[in-house]
Amino acid sequence: MKNMSETSLELLAAKGRKLAMETVYNAASGHIGGSLSCMDALVELYFKEMNIDPQNPSDENRDRFVLSKGHCTPALYSVLAMRGYFPIEDLKLFRSIKGHYSGHPDMRHVPGVDMSTGSLGQGLSAAVGMAMAGKLMGKSYRVYALCGDGEIDEGQIWEAAMSAAKYRLDNLCLLVDVNKLQLDGPTHQVMPSEPLDMKFNSFNWNVTRVDGHSFSEIEKGLTYARHTKGMPSCVLLDTIKGKGVSYMENNFNWHGKVPDAELYEKAIIELEDSISRLEEKVNG
Amino acid sequence: MGEKIATRAAYGQELVNIAEQYPELVVLDADLSGATMTGSFAKAYPDRFFDIGIAENNMIGISAGMATCGLKPFANSFAMFSAGRSWEQVRNSVGYPHLNVKIVGSHGGLSVGEDGATHQCCEDFALMRVIPGMKVICPCDGNEMRQAVRALVEYEGPAYLRLGRLAVDTVTDSIEGYTFELDKGVQLRQGSDVTVIATGLMVQMALQASETMSKEGISVRVIDMHTIKPLDREITLKAARETGAIVTAEEHSVIGGLGSAVSEYLSENYPVPVVKCGVQDMFGRSGKAPLVLEEYGLSPEGIIEKIREALIKKK
Repeated sequence: MKNMSETSLELLAAKGRKLAMETVYNAASGHIGGSLSCMDALVELYFKEMNIDPQNPSDENRDRFVLSKGHCTPALYSVLAMRGYFPIEDLKLFRSIKGHYSGHPDMRHVPGVDMSTGSLGQGLSAAVGMAMAGKLMGKSYRVYALCGDGEIDEGQIWEAAMSAAKYRLDNLCLLVDVNKLQLDGPTHQVMPSEPLDMKFNSFNWNVTRVDGHSFSEIEKGLTYARHTKGMPSCVLLDTIKGKGVSYMENNFNWHGKVPDAELYEKAIIELEDSISRLEEKVNG
Repeated sequence: MGEKIATRAAYGQELVNIAEQYPELVVLDADLSGATMTGSFAKAYPDRFFDIGIAENNMIGISAGMATCGLKPFANSFAMFSAGRSWEQVRNSVGYPHLNVKIVGSHGGLSVGEDGATHQCCEDFALMRVIPGMKVICPCDGNEMRQAVRALVEYEGPAYLRLGRLAVDTVTDSIEGYTFELDKGVQLRQGSDVTVIATGLMVQMALQASETMSKEGISVRVIDMHTIKPLDREITLKAARETGAIVTAEEHSVIGGLGSAVSEYLSENYPVPVVKCGVQDMFGRSGKAPLVLEEYGLSPEGIIEKIREALIKKK
């Protein structure tokens, strides 16, 4: 997986977006906007960056991932399914009483989920604990967490940020999906969080800010993080909420809304267009 | 009667005693190690002690993350904060994924004393008990605390352990046949007229009350219910059947704690009068700990009053 081309990753992300859309539409419930904005980062992590084995999801030496913005399960579950942790068919059980693919990640039931999350602000602390455990036990695994830029309104994120710096957790990398929108509206109106780079810098983190929809950029951020010693790293991903579906992009109304049949068709057509375009590119 | 020691002190000592045997044991604190008595562990095992600062929510989350990696974290603060402030972190990051984290609440109940109501947590049993899969333990003395710590480090799963601030008489070491087992209440004194089911420092008071009542010819059974959840149904049912009336005694609100647990069980299975000695839906207040306890009826005399009430209701 390590040598996957940028176009192959883009194709996977396009397929992941379509899966996430199908999953939410099928369940008639779920958070699509933020799932579309973080899809590229998740694909990069699961198909290139992380040292993982879907056949052995509880390997104690594996890299860990914590989806702190736990409502973006449509993205996480789609990526886990594409990566082979469970059948893609299972996505039909998302949010259904017939299965255990709950609305927010459930580590006890969904293979590949390293931490149960969903209550915002708590995932980063768990990731800090995992990274501290790794240091204590002399393990070389790395820990990744993904937060939303709305989520970081939660004070616990900053408690966790302080502690990660205290324990010099250079095995920890936080990605922030800066899509600039939260449930009630633009983050700069609901609760201004910028300048995030200066905030994390002043908390003694190494910070990079990249285009969260460019695989080469995301990789640059993650590589810089991997080579940083003595401090935790934060990669701020500038993203577009609803990315890939024209009418959803930059519209906070699609945070947790499900499209009707007509709009769903429109979304699928757009996403399939991207897939065919990228398939042509991959096949030369 | 054995030494007089606070359960928090016995707890701190026992962590050090078992540290070699359990290399996965780690201790976290939120800037209260001098009070929660984890300081000696910190000194002896600095690599396995983590002071997270005054950030209990983060401490609980870190503990959860550590537990997913095979460590056995004991997360410490005052009961008010580990069980109170961090309740939702405990529920969602520890309880829901059923992680092996021990939530430790020191300074439980009114016997915090001078610090007053903001620090006197009389709601922790209720808060922790309502979380699915969470054990709730409140040992009565140093001897019982040491055994509870040993049992809890062996137990794989979430549990809440309450420690007390006040030095209390050690009684369990001198009671013949006393053995500690998680989830099992212990009968400390036989009796046939009424049973006092007590937890924490109310156990010693229950023994005194029983002794006093015996002089009047009233036979009071005393059960030490160190595990509030899961409730030992067998010993509770037996007491209800054989003595026909129950008094519960706890340094906790009468809402949601041991008294509620006993009532909930008996009302469905063997209804007998259950009279609750505890904090009567009130906040605490500052004062010397024994005086505060007395003021709120948490005393041998307070228990006796409830025993008389139970005996009247039994008839």
